[in-house]
Amino acid sequence: MNINLTLFGQMIAFFFFVWFCMRMVWPPIVAAMLARQEQIAEGLETAERAKKDLSLAQKRATDEIKKARVEASEIIELARRRSEQMIEEAKREARAEGERVKAAATTDVQQEVQRAKESLRKEVAALALLGAERILERDVDAASHAEMLERLAADL
Amino acid sequence: MASGFETTAEDYIAHHLVNATFGRFPEGHERAGEWGFASSGSEAEAMGFMAIHVDSMGWSIGLAIFFMYFFRRVAVSAAENPAAIPTGLRNVVEALIDFIEGMVKSVFKHPDLSYVAPMALTIFVWVFFMNLMDLVPVDLVPYIAQYGLGIEYMKIVPSTDPNITMGLALSVFTLIIFFSIRQKGLGGFLAEISFHPFGKWLLPFNLALEVVGLLAKPVSLGLRLFGNLFSAEMIFILIATMYTGLIIGLLGGLLQFAWAVFHILVVPLQAFIFMVLSVVYLTQAFDEGEAH
Repeated sequence: MNINLTLFGQMIAFFFFVWFCMRMVWPPIVAAMLARQEQIAEGLETAERAKKDLSLAQKRATDEIKKARVEASEIIELARRRSEQMIEEAKREARAEGERVKAAATTDVQQEVQRAKESLRKEVAALALLGAERILERDVDAASHAEMLERLAADL
Repeated sequence: MASGFETTAEDYIAHHLVNATFGRFPEGHERAGEWGFASSGSEAEAMGFMAIHVDSMGWSIGLAIFFMYFFRRVAVSAAENPAAIPTGLRNVVEALIDFIEGMVKSVFKHPDLSYVAPMALTIFVWVFFMNLMDLVPVDLVPYIAQYGLGIEYMKIVPSTDPNITMGLALSVFTLIIFFSIRQKGLGGFLAEISFHPFGKWLLPFNLALEVVGLLAKPVSLGLRLFGNLFSAEMIFILIATMYTGLIIGLLGGLLQFAWAVFHILVVPLQAFIFMVLSVVYLTQAFDEGEAH
């Protein structure tokens, strides 16, 4: 338990190791710890931002879907109205066409009747002439009796 | 009983309290003036100041190299790859540095930690390892040294050597003086110890008070550590003298275990106290105003 040179030996060793720690150990480790701390803080911040972005995007998506749904229902409504309109139009057109066809047919029939009447009239005139010839046993001059025949035919 | 060479408990204890001392043989010795290892406790004592405790020095420096090696390895890997995910050893060292840094920051309020924090780390880990050697069974290493290597004396706990603890304390004291003068200037430092606490008319009285206060710092630092560890080591040695018979030997084993468990508390606590007090003293050295 003597005080001797060991005292100074220990002091020299102390200063050497403190110097060593100060130079070679402490700064790089603390710097690395600081760098990692910053990196972690940055990472957390990025994650936070990403979360915010995500929630924002989700909200936007929901809005878009809602809007699209409204639009779609509008389009469906429009289409329904349009189709009704088209059906209505088609019905009207069909009805008009029908009328037109009917009218044309009526005209045709009337013409046909007129024509038949005409031809009948001619035939009756011819028959009457023939009958008169037979009765008179001689020729009838069609030309001289044309006026009478005309009147006869007109009466038919 | 520990050694065949010793016959009594007193001899055994006395043998355990002698360092491996390398020094200059004193006047009156047959090898007077020569340097060599002391072959007994009284011879070591007679060498006086011109001697060195090879075992204390060796274990102290060896332990420092041991932990500094790991610290340096971590520092190199940290410098190479600062952002790597820390594993194993690096985790341990970083946790330790974090703890020391927090500790120092809570006491030492100056922004520049670059002197005090590494010093605190060195002190804490070094004193911790030196104290930890106390948990090695008292006879294990001395036996190996004695019968394996032919070294007669071997004390493996450096902090039971007052040279080591006072060496640390005086180093801290040197730093206190150095930083006091650097921060306040020589005049400021002298004014601080001359004009406080009673003003300039009681200068000699102030000086006496302050110088005693100043000198008390290293003494209390060094002697506290020495006293705690020396007494603990002494108790381990005393317990070791109980290994004489079966019953009392079992009792001794139980006691040794109990004391070792208790000592687990003492080892880090004393290291921590030494570190915190050093930081506190240096804080006072850095403080400009009246801080004591």
